[in-house]
Amino acid sequence: MKPGSTRAACTALIKRDLILIWRRRGDAINPILFALIVVALFPLALGPEPEQLRHIATGVVFVAVLLAGLLALDTLFRSDYEDGSLEQLVLSPHPLSLLLGCKIAVHWFTTALPLLIAAPLLGELLHMDGPVRWVLTGALFLATPLLSLIGAVCVALTVGMRRSGMLLALLVLPLYVPVLIFGAGACNAAALGLPYLAPLLWLGAALVLALVLAPLACAAALRISLS
Amino acid sequence: MTTPDFHKSPALFEARALAFARNDEPIFGPLDFTLNAGEVVLIEGDNGAGKTTLLRVLSGLLNPTSGEIRLDGEPLTLARLSPRVALLAHQAGLKDDLNALENLHFAAGLHGLRAGIAPEIALTSVGLDGYADVPVRQLSAGQRKRVALARVLLAPVGLWLLDEPYANLDLDGIRLVNRLLEEHASRGGAALITSHGAYAYTSGTPRRIPLHPKTANAMSGSNGARTS
Repeated sequence: MKPGSTRAACTALIKRDLILIWRRRGDAINPILFALIVVALFPLALGPEPEQLRHIATGVVFVAVLLAGLLALDTLFRSDYEDGSLEQLVLSPHPLSLLLGCKIAVHWFTTALPLLIAAPLLGELLHMDGPVRWVLTGALFLATPLLSLIGAVCVALTVGMRRSGMLLALLVLPLYVPVLIFGAGACNAAALGLPYLAPLLWLGAALVLALVLAPLACAAALRISLS
Repeated sequence: MTTPDFHKSPALFEARALAFARNDEPIFGPLDFTLNAGEVVLIEGDNGAGKTTLLRVLSGLLNPTSGEIRLDGEPLTLARLSPRVALLAHQAGLKDDLNALENLHFAAGLHGLRAGIAPEIALTSVGLDGYADVPVRQLSAGQRKRVALARVLLAPVGLWLLDEPYANLDLDGIRLVNRLLEEHASRGGAALITSHGAYAYTSGTPRRIPLHPKTANAMSGSNGARTS
């Protein structure tokens, strides 16, 4: 691999981000703990009847994962913006959208993938049925990268502001609604024994679209944030 | 002896009537200058005179309000500039959690490597022998500056844009920056550096571009008749 090639740049960026996350691995489990606590609050508030919990399980797990992802979103570009690394990325001779795509991928891999693995266990806490748990995992597998990609565009827009946390939530959550509707919809359909493939396919189609468009939008938004 | 400017090949960097305003408040300019290969130009100005903003405009991160910048005679775009420029900004672009060498390896992966240099060599040439394994978090401000200079040194580019390269450095460090600039110029590279004037580029007599505070600048149109 030639130094200075785009592949070398992407590899260097992925390696650096993974090392940085590993050096701060204590922070990396926060999203899972957050989702676990949110899910654990519902039986405490609603009472422990299995039938009632099973009824709300998919929605609760989906919302918990979504909020946990939102919590982790702000870290995506924050430190790079503050220490000037982002300027160096913009001034590198490689396509910015590709580099940002790598960053988003690492972010998904380290924040959403652990949630994805924990989701069936969270479902178990709420007496979710076995087959529904698999549909939930499938739906989250398609939904979480979509959430990361949509979120990244909004983070790129707000990274230049101080205390952008609340604004980010207000920007991102409306955009998350369709993902939530299709994802939780697939799980609910599965719980009722109805066909659930169509909403999953919609999620897949949206994911493909976002994979192509979101890094480009992200690059444009970051250039605006830096100026 | 006059130099027939229009017969020469176009200057590496050329600014024409370059000005920048933020929210209708002029930051600097209008400014005209050229930068040729093998030349070091010092941008001088007091605090708040717009040196950093000028460098950000020249690096393509900010769009000028008026005027234009030409790179090799063609209008400047980020895509044409980025393979040829190394920027040292106030935020050095170093990761606190990584050590000096890891930071340089990342920079080499991102921007590429100049022939005949490696991160280890660059670290030695900025006088940070033995600091390779120390996290940047634990380095002093001057040592960080040296790591950032090593990063600039690695990049295979002809144009250096250095914002206050002398800040935080000791006398030895200032000599180091001057030596690096001389070597860069002798390789045919060009550099634009900013300084508030306390420590100026000492070797040779570089061309200076004075930047005035914006109040004085606004009055330069009226021949500076009034004093502020």
